Formats: sequence, C-alpha cells, structure tokens
Amino acid sequence: MSIKRALFGTYVVGVCALATLVIVAILFLITTNIIIGGWDTISWEFLASAPEEGMTAGGIFPAIVGTVFLVLLMSIAGVPAGAITALYLSEYANQKSVIARAIRFAVNTLAGVPSIVFGLFGLGFFVQFVGTGMDRILTDGVELHWAQPNILWASLTMALLTLPVVIVSVEEAIKNVPQELRAASLALGATRWQTIWNVVIPNSMHGILTGTILAVSRGAGEVAPILFTGVAYFLPHLPGSLSDQFMQLGYHVYVMSTQSTNVDATRGIQYATTMVLLLLTFLLNFSAIIVRSKVRGKALQ
Amino acid sequence: MSNPTTKILTDDLNLFYGQKQALKNISIGIRANHVTALIGPSGCGKSTYLRSLNRMNDLIDNVRIEGRVMIDDVNIYDKQVDVVELRKRVGMIFQKSNPFPKSVFENVAYGPKINGVRDRAKLEEIVQNSLQRAALWEEVKDDLKKSGLALSGGQQQRLCIARALAVDPEILLMDEPASALDPIATAKIEELIYELKDRYTIVIVTHNMQQAARVSDITAFFYLGELIEADETKKIFTTPEKKQTEEYITGRFG
Amino acid sequence: MQETRLNAAALKKKFRVNEFIAEKFITGVAFLSLAAIILIFIFVFREAAPILFEEKKEVSAVAQVEEEQETYGEEFLGEGSAVVAEGMFRSESVESAGSEGEASLENLLSISWQPVSGDPKYGILPLAIGSLKVTFLAILIASPLAILAALFTSCFSPRWLKEILKPTIELLAGFPSVVVGFFALVTLASMLQSMFGLEYRLNALVGGVAMALAVIPVVYTVAEDSLASIPKHMTEASLALGATKWQTAIFVTLPAAIPGVFAAILLGFGRAFGETMIVLMATGNAALIGWGLTEPVRTMSATIGAEMAEVVFGDTHYHVLFLLGAILFLFTFTLNAVAEIYIRQRLLKRFRGEAS
Repeated sequence: MSIKRALFGTYVVGVCALATLVIVAILFLITTNIIIGGWDTISWEFLASAPEEGMTAGGIFPAIVGTVFLVLLMSIAGVPAGAITALYLSEYANQKSVIARAIRFAVNTLAGVPSIVFGLFGLGFFVQFVGTGMDRILTDGVELHWAQPNILWASLTMALLTLPVVIVSVEEAIKNVPQELRAASLALGATRWQTIWNVVIPNSMHGILTGTILAVSRGAGEVAPILFTGVAYFLPHLPGSLSDQFMQLGYHVYVMSTQSTNVDATRGIQYATTMVLLLLTFLLNFSAIIVRSKVRGKALQ
Repeated sequence: MSNPTTKILTDDLNLFYGQKQALKNISIGIRANHVTALIGPSGCGKSTYLRSLNRMNDLIDNVRIEGRVMIDDVNIYDKQVDVVELRKRVGMIFQKSNPFPKSVFENVAYGPKINGVRDRAKLEEIVQNSLQRAALWEEVKDDLKKSGLALSGGQQQRLCIARALAVDPEILLMDEPASALDPIATAKIEELIYELKDRYTIVIVTHNMQQAARVSDITAFFYLGELIEADETKKIFTTPEKKQTEEYITGRFG
Repeated sequence: MQETRLNAAALKKKFRVNEFIAEKFITGVAFLSLAAIILIFIFVFREAAPILFEEKKEVSAVAQVEEEQETYGEEFLGEGSAVVAEGMFRSESVESAGSEGEASLENLLSISWQPVSGDPKYGILPLAIGSLKVTFLAILIASPLAILAALFTSCFSPRWLKEILKPTIELLAGFPSVVVGFFALVTLASMLQSMFGLEYRLNALVGGVAMALAVIPVVYTVAEDSLASIPKHMTEASLALGATKWQTAIFVTLPAAIPGVFAAILLGFGRAFGETMIVLMATGNAALIGWGLTEPVRTMSATIGAEMAEVVFGDTHYHVLFLLGAILFLFTFTLNAVAEIYIRQRLLKRFRGEAS
C-alpha cells in the first residue's frame, strides 16, 4: 500500500474521530457551563424554598413540586395505557392485520409530531372541548372551571407525547421473552391470558420500568406542550387539585431568562434551575441505561 | 397380556402449512401405556405429527388440518373441543428444556396453580410427587427455592417432565427430549421413560435409532410426511416390511 | 393404571370470563393510540379550518362586548409582554376584545406578520422563511458532524469505545431543549457575537447553531444504526480482498447505508423544523423577511408558542396559529413518512440486489 494511500486513510479516520470528539466536547462544554453558572446559587435551601422578592431571590421549590406532580400524573395516565398497547401489539394482534398496522402507524406518527402541536391539541381538545363539556355537565354551563389550563390537561397532553416511548420500550421487552417459555406454559394447559400474566409480564417488567424512566425524563424537560395547557410562572401556592395550575422547572428557566424584570440579576437562579433540570435528566437517562444493561446481563445466563 | 387398548387413533390426518403439505394421510393407533417412538430423517414430519396430538400446531399461522385425531372417544379437532383442557390431559416435553425463570417449586407448581389449586399443603404434595416420579426429588429436595435455571441440562429436562406430570396428564409427548444431553443424562431420561409408561401413554420423537430401539415398544417410521411403517420395535429393527424402512435403519440414507 | 377416559363433555369448549374480559380490555386500550392520532388530526385541522374555508372574512367591529374573553396566558410580573429580548418588533398588548382581521389568502401570503395591530397582517411567509433558515443552517452544521461521528463509531472504533460513545452522544439527545436554548441565549450568542462582530445578538445564526446541537443526536443515532446494520458478510468480503478498514468503510459500508443516512437527515430536518423552545429563546423573535443569517427571525413554531398565550379564543389570530400548527404537523408527517419509506424500500431492494 502506497504511503499516500496510508496517509489518506489516517486522514479519513482522523476526521471522523475529530467529529466525534467535537460532539462529545460540546456535551461537556454545555454541561460544565451550566454547572459553573449555577454552582454558587445551588443549596439545599434553594431547592426547598419558594421564590421571593418578585422572583429575584429565593428558591425553586414550587417548580420542583410542580414538575414532580406533572410527571407523576403523566405516568399514571400514560404508562399503563402504553404498556397495554404494547401488550396488544405483541400478544394479541395478528401482525399482518390492518388494525395492527394502523396502530403501529399511529404510534410512529405520534412519535414525530412536534411538541408544540401537542400543546395545540391539548388546548383545542382537552381545555376547550373536554373542559367545556365537563363544565356544561357538572355546572350546567354556569361556571368556568374545567375549561381552563390546569395540571390535569397538561399531564394528559404530556402522556400522549410520551406514549410512543413507553410503547416501544415495553414492546421490546415483551419480544425478548423467549417463545419457548410461552410454549411451555400453553402446553401445560394455561390459557393465553394466564400465560401473559404469569410468564410474559413478569419477564418484561424491566421494559415497563425503562419506558417509564424515559417518559419521565422527557416529561420533566419538555416545555412547549405545557405552554398553554397549564403551566404558570408564579403561583401563590402549590397545586392542590387537578384543576390548579402549576410551576415547572423548564418553563421557569424560559420565562426568567427571556421575560423577567431583571434578567441579569436573576442569572444565578436561571443557571441553578437549569442545572437542576439537567442533572435530573442525566440521572434518569443513566438509570434507564443501567436497567437495560442489568437485564441484558441476566438474559445471557 | 391383556388386550392392548388404543389411546390415540389418528385417522387419515393431513396437515398443510399454507400450500405446502407436511403430513400425508397419517393413520396410526397409539397404544395405551406403551412407548411409541417416531423415527425418520430430518424434516419428515415426525415433530409436526407429535405437535398435532396436543394441537400445538394451532399456534402457527396458516396451518390447516384435515382428518381426525381421536383420543379415547373424542376427536380433538372437533369444533366443540376446548384446546386448553386438552393440553391439560396431553403433556409435552420439548427438545430444549425450557423451565420458567422461577424456583424449582414454582416451576412444578405452575400447572396446578393455573388449575386453581391454592392450598399450600396440597401444592407441596403435588410437587413432591411429581419430582419423585420424574426421578429428580432426591437431587433438589433440600433446596426447592433454587432457580430452575441453575440446574444442569439433564436436571432441567427432568424438571420439565415433573412440571408436565404435575397436571396429571394421561399422555406424554416428548420431542427429542435427550438430544441436547450427555450420555449419562440421556440414560437417566430413558430409564425414567421406562418407569413412566406404567401410568402414562408415551409418544417420543427421536432421531437416534438406538434410543428408539432401547426405549420403545412400538416404532413408527416417517418419511417425507408419510407414515411408512409402524410395528413392534423388535420387528421394525430386525425384519421391517417396507424397503424404505430397511434402508433408513441400515443407514443407506438419513 | 389410568382408568379415566376422555369424553366429549370433559373437553367441551369452556367460556372463560377472565380471558374474555382481558382480551376486550387490552384491545380497547390499544385503540387509544389510534384514537389519539386521529383526534389530534381532527382538532388541529378543525381549529385551522375556518381560515382555509372562509377566505373573505368580514372585518367586524373591533370590540365585541358580549363575547366572553378567554385568554390562556397569565399575568407576568414585570413590564408588559415583551416577547423579544432585544431589538425589532414589539407586540403591544391589547386589552380590548379580540381582533378580527381578514385572513384571506392574500393576507396569508403577504410578507408581513403583525397580528396584533389595527390592520392585522397574517403573512406566513416571514415565519416560514424563518423556520427554513434556522432548519437549513442546523442541518448543514449537524449532518456532517453526526455522519462522520457515526462512521467513526460503527466502523473505526473498538468495541469498548463504541459502548461508551453511543450512550454518551445519545445523552445529548436527552438534553431538554430549554437547556440548549438557555445555553444559546446566554453563552452561545455572546460567543458568536464577539467572534463575528454581529449587529444583533440573537439571530438566525445563533438559532441555527443551537438547533444543530439538538439535531446532532437524531441524525447520529439513525445514521449509526444504518451503518451498523450493513451485513457483516459485505464488510468481510471487502477486507478479505485486501482492503483496509477505512477503504471498506468509505467504499462499501457508507454507500450501502446511503438510504439510511439520507433518512437520518430527513428525520433531523423534521425535528428541527418543529422545534420550539430553542428558537423561542435564541432567535430574537422578529418576523422579518430576508435571506440574511445574522438578523433575528421568527419561526412558525415559536410564533405559536409565543402568541397562543395571549390570543382570544375563536378569533382570527387564534385560527391562524392553528393553521401554523397544521402546517407543521403536515410537514413533519410527510418528512417522517418519506424517511420511513425510503429506509424500508430502498434498503430492502438493495440487499435483494434489485435497485441500483
């Protein structure tokens, strides 16, 4: 092989390696920038106290609580629905049937819808349509209670957004249950549901866990879908019922850094809030990776 | 010797995977409390036939069955027959042992639990009985909580046998149960089969002719989806009637 | 000796309630996803429809007293509702009832977006151009980086490194877009401004670079999957003929994975086009027309995000925003569909030896 060729080869590999390095470097750059910026402001008090002095001091406790409530409600609504859909697709549906293909198509489409469009849907469907309907039924159309943005509509909207993630994770886990176990169960005279309940589901719990973690990670960070379905910048108290609004970490950063009265003075708080959000995301993604690899280790037994 | 009764009567069975015909006009009577071995080269339909005796072929798409399979007085392919109940009476052991990722106890107790047995004492009794009948009790009795997957290959297969016995079937279908095992484990399985035939009717698929000769009372030779010849084992291996049988036995092909 | 014989009664078909209930329930829930996508389609288009089907709307009186005013924003503490951090347009908050302007085709295709004013202008063009500018820029920056990195990961890196690289870069995918937007707003914008001596601090360039950060993982993941799924026998054949690793990668693996790489870029494009938070924070939010990259822009998604909170339910502005949403939906849907067809059809054909 000529020297020229060998050099060219090294050049090619070098360029590719450089690109990879650049990407990883960017990751580090952003992370360290955020951490450095927020380091001074972070403290236990910061995390546990409410904003004060017109949002220029104090902590972000309500935003943390709001975020937690949001993802909790979102998971309660979305994870079972997603897991059951995945169960249907792998165990009950005839793979070639129109229904199965339609549902898969729907899931793929859902995965590609921009998050702001989900927000529009949340507004047009949940707040307007369902909310007005509920008000009409419950209060004879007199009160305006449910036809407003609140944490319920926001979490349902988020549940829809994260549905594909849950479905994909759970389906992957279900597919990994070996066919021979199902055969063994059926040959013993178990029904299809008994087989699912006793063999398939216990062996795919990790998929449900992974799906939940990934969904929560997205749910905690996405802001666009909740912009007009329930989030608020400042609330005097924590959300106490489903019809309350709520604060959220990501939204807090957005508003504070673009529209608050004293953008520069609150920079520290902005950085700190971003840091909390980022670290939370890291933690969740990391856990998902661990769950996945633990299972892979088990399966190789 | 009392008149041998027929437990499973197959009457002109034809099976199709889509357009391809896998079984052609199979007619054979399986004797009760005897061991019947199904032999033949790869792809000849013996496993397919075995699976049609407990309707496991139903799980495959595109399968079509013509003909009858009578177990005692019932055509198991009748529309009125409940497949789940059928499989409780006809047990199956698979080629590669497939214990559940649960404890030894839970593996064997799986069947009875599915059938609604909840009483702990009763379950323990069934588990012990089944493990004893499968000649595994002595080896696991000290640690029933051990995972089924932690046993050796031969032990796992006997666990699967115990698991099948726990639902109290009348017939045991075995699809090459010892093909993945070493000679010692194989010998244990063969011994077990001999002991089991007193209580159960056993049909075993094997590609190992010597095993068939050792273990079975009746041997049926399958070739390309057809049943060529079925007779007492001794006769098949010494004076077979059909030429194809003889050629297979003597190793001319297969 | 087994005495019991099987009879028809013992094996008679049983109706199992649990089984039935389980099946019906599970099937029912599964239809939820299908229902969801249909619903989204219906509602987004329903709210956009008035624009599409009523071309000449009457310019009604500005104040409609009986109409109940519902807004979805909430009071910000602080001055007004300045949506732009710096520079150009300031939308003035209107306390009176909703605006009813003419959302005619002519208006929609005009070059001015000024929905809140005496004579509302709903020109979508500046917004569309804004979206395109930022998206193209993002793809231009992200694609080479992501593809080269994917090439490195799948063809050149040792196994242990691959196990580290893939999750690390996928971690970048997990960055909430708010975080990227924040970083762009605070740090990146200043960096670029001092580097290039830009007039406006927040502009399309900043938005594009920031968006690239979000798009890289998308393109990377799909491209890497595509490269890694080239059958081993192809690469082994090449190596067996005496080619080096890099020659195999460039002349065998990469060409074979072109459909997948192309699809990766399409998917990245779709992702960038629909992204909201990054552009909301980093582009300056001024609905200008022009091809310059160093001026502020307003994308379609950011417009929805910024203005929906202050719009009156049911008026023209509201419907036009939904129209923007419908366009976004259709656009990304088409991109995704094309990408998927492309991957499946072309790839399959290639490996069966049918297509070029």
